[in-house]
Amino acid sequence: MAKPKLALYWAASCGGCEIAVLDLHEKILDVANAFDIVFWPVALDFKYSDVRAMEDKSIDICLFNGAIRNSENEEMAHLMRDKSKLVVAFGACAHEGGIPGLANLTTKDAILKWVFKDSPSTVSNNGTYPQTHTRMPEGEIEIPEMWETVKALNQVIDVDYYIPGCPPQPDQIWGVIEYILSGQPMPAKGATLGAGDKTCCEECPRERKEKKLKQFFRPYEIISDPNECLLDQGIICLGPVSRSGCGALCPKANIPCRGCYGAPPNCPDQGAKMVSAISSVIDAHEPEEIEKILDQIVDPLGTFYRFSVPQSILRRVEKI
Amino acid sequence: MKQIKIDPITRLEGHGKIDIFLNDDGEVANTYFQIPELRGFEQFCVGRPVEEMPRITTRICGVCPEAHHMAAAKACDAVFHVEIPSAAKKLRSLLYNVFFAGDHTTHFYALGGPDFIVGPDAPAAERNILGVVKKVGLEVGGKVIEMRKRTQQVIKTLGGKQTHQITSMPGGVSKGISIEEAKEIEKHCEWFVEFGKFTIQAFNDIVLKNQVYVDLILSDTFSHKTYYMGLVDENNKVNFYDGKVRVVDPDGKEFVKYSPNEYLENVAEHVEPWTYLKFPFLKKVGWKGFVDGKDSGVYRATPLSRLNAADGMPTPLAQAEYEKMYSTLGGKPVHATLATHWARIIELLSGAEMALDLIRDPEITSTHIRNIPTEIPTEGVGIVEAPRGTLTHHYTTDERGILTKVNLIVGTTNNYAPISMSINKAARGLIKKGVEVTEGTLNKIEMAFRAYDPCFGCATHYMPGKMPIELRIYDSSNNLIDLVRRNP
Amino acid sequence: MSFEPKIVGFLCNWCSYSGADLAGVSRIKSAPNVRIIRTMCSGRVDPAFILKSFQLGADGVVVMGCHLGDCHYQEGNYKTLRRIPFLKRLIREFGIDPRRLRLEWVSASEGDRFAEVVNEMTEEIRKIGPFIHSATKIKK
Ligand code: SF4
Ligand code: SF4
Ligand code: SF4
Ligand code: FES
Repeated sequence: MAKPKLALYWAASCGGCEIAVLDLHEKILDVANAFDIVFWPVALDFKYSDVRAMEDKSIDICLFNGAIRNSENEEMAHLMRDKSKLVVAFGACAHEGGIPGLANLTTKDAILKWVFKDSPSTVSNNGTYPQTHTRMPEGEIEIPEMWETVKALNQVIDVDYYIPGCPPQPDQIWGVIEYILSGQPMPAKGATLGAGDKTCCEECPRERKEKKLKQFFRPYEIISDPNECLLDQGIICLGPVSRSGCGALCPKANIPCRGCYGAPPNCPDQGAKMVSAISSVIDAHEPEEIEKILDQIVDPLGTFYRFSVPQSILRRVEKI
Repeated sequence: MKQIKIDPITRLEGHGKIDIFLNDDGEVANTYFQIPELRGFEQFCVGRPVEEMPRITTRICGVCPEAHHMAAAKACDAVFHVEIPSAAKKLRSLLYNVFFAGDHTTHFYALGGPDFIVGPDAPAAERNILGVVKKVGLEVGGKVIEMRKRTQQVIKTLGGKQTHQITSMPGGVSKGISIEEAKEIEKHCEWFVEFGKFTIQAFNDIVLKNQVYVDLILSDTFSHKTYYMGLVDENNKVNFYDGKVRVVDPDGKEFVKYSPNEYLENVAEHVEPWTYLKFPFLKKVGWKGFVDGKDSGVYRATPLSRLNAADGMPTPLAQAEYEKMYSTLGGKPVHATLATHWARIIELLSGAEMALDLIRDPEITSTHIRNIPTEIPTEGVGIVEAPRGTLTHHYTTDERGILTKVNLIVGTTNNYAPISMSINKAARGLIKKGVEVTEGTLNKIEMAFRAYDPCFGCATHYMPGKMPIELRIYDSSNNLIDLVRRNP
Repeated sequence: MSFEPKIVGFLCNWCSYSGADLAGVSRIKSAPNVRIIRTMCSGRVDPAFILKSFQLGADGVVVMGCHLGDCHYQEGNYKTLRRIPFLKRLIREFGIDPRRLRLEWVSASEGDRFAEVVNEMTEEIRKIGPFIHSATKIKK
């Protein structure tokens, strides 16, 4: 039997998802042996034109990482969809927008204005901004168009599976690869692979008690007890609204979870769920006192949706 | 007029692209090295709590998240006006030196090094890690994989995650190490030093004993006389984690030495309409376009630049090799871009030696690793050396520590103008009327910028370690008339 | 054409829904702009329901529950008391005017109070204007 054909592609990504694949170390050779890798711009010398020339659905699996930030990303997403039987949104950026998705809390204009005009080190070159087409003396050159709104992969194409995490942990990636190679039937379309179906709290070794909170702390403000739940100590931790899978890496390093594994099953919106979770444990019955306590929770939007703004119910801030 | 496109060369904030325009005589009229993507970190971090920056900005680059993690943590310390405990500083510095050793390893063996080890004119299909293995011996492939694995292990222990570290925070680090962990790390660090020595030896045997390679390094096609930038300690020795930024002029004389919070007096950025990346330059000299020399504000910030800008290495073995490099290449500063590879492995060794010193320091297992900030947060700058250049993070916050302004000058960005110039010069040197544009031409142009280990390429570290690259030649009406690319 | 606000009302089964019912039965005049969704308790109103309402085009959302101390499930409306102000902060950050979200206590006997809340809120939203969720407009 011919080896299954594998493609890896990155859109608006940091490269960390690719590094996570390389962090399989020796096992990367097993991957190279088991699959016929037909496209991987980061490592192999195949070009966009090679992919365009392929027959539709001739790639068995495409692991797609990175968010959709510009015209090129979106074009490539469609191309990979056409050519692949299965498309997997790989990593937080493709899965739910990830850190680049925080850009939906501002606007494209604000980004361009700051970067190319207002930032203190920039010398404004007669109001020059990047242009998609520029006529230079020698000819015209092009760059892609930046989109206003960052999108997750399933907002531009149909996605078969999701592998969450920023980045997905190498042992989890390996688990998925082993599963595929075992030839067992693939799970139902839309399934999340390489992760658990509980919350991060379930994997966290810290001891949880009945929570009653009158005060919240920012992580740098206190030295937390290493054995007790961080949220119990008043440090905002997204463990209760994050999918299990990483092994609670952050709380194990005395750092609160920020939810990179995405929402747990049956949770349509991480931030909304976090609002519920925190509201249940605040120990106050008077509106003024409640407001005072809520004042201590800074930037709920950027914290509760750290990796998931584009995939949240509201998707972006309104332009006011 | 013909147009040649190299598209995509991958990775910086996105996927790089080179356009080469030929005039009617078939000579290079101009080259444009474009960065087609902008993710907008500086703007979307506004409104976030400043303490989150060490774990947000790691996502600028998954290849060197350590650099952003550290620059962000240092900028946070500055914003809160907090002095971190000495053990915390050592822990951060330990992680950072291990990272340097690991990162330089993958670049040297998988990406840049093959040009020399296998040979600049060898077929592309061999100019990769597999070719290196063939030439240096089978055990080297295993060693490189093991080096990567071991450095990743140490980084995970110290940083909490192997990619996108989390432990550095305002006031120190969240997690120390136990005596057992320290013992484990010490073993790894000893191994790193041995690996560093082995690498230097391999370079000596294969590159330096071959006059052709030495001549290539020194050839004019790959040379630019620019200013050089790098972080130095109080003795003007190279330091990756901390110190002042020193800039030397093209003659090697100190031009300026500045503290992080003085960066705005020294560095400015120029905007062009055809790319999403800005071009930093020395403010006091000024932007004169894509030219080298003393009158042009273009500077370089690379391993070679750091060595040029410093008076030496902080560790003995690396210092000996440093002296050897300058005596072999005719004294300081060295302008030959390809010597960056040599500088890189000297840094690799230095990082390993530094890490070993640090892990043997009894204070490394101290439990006093954090100070709680007590002052009102304001503004701060954090600078570290990323493997690909000086990295500056500058934050301003309100009195609650919520970010109001963020300015970043990222490693590879420093070298954007010089990389563009190197590509241009290599293209001009190689593409001539009547000379066929071949895969070899392409490779040599590629070598010019690969020496910088630019971040769009650094993710191509590792097997088989070559850039996806393609030259397209267009006639004056933009019809594709020729296509040159590497054999897969 | 004049703007008719679309308001989603989440009303708890035990008090507020009966209050609304009473308003109807007693023929108290109230604006027809509120689409009522009955929930077992105001504490059952998941913040995601509210965000979803805005996403689907609601110009306003009102949550009504039993007066404090009267919740059928004891603590339910205390949770709501903390949740709604928190959610108001969140939607404000999303760029949605927080006046578009309201929390009111209405007992089973307060048909008039129900009508008053509905009329007042309809007028207020009318002044603020329609809400169009921008993500639905944006293609790029
Ligand atoms: S998910 Fe994380 S590691 Fe992967 S590309 Fe996005 S930011 Fe990088
Ligand atoms: S809230 Fe955080 S610290 Fe607490 S149990 Fe959950 S993951 Fe662990
Ligand atoms: S603890 Fe949370 S933020 Fe950290 S790796 Fe796990 S899911 Fe991601
Ligand atoms: S039952 Fe009415 S608010 Fe709980």
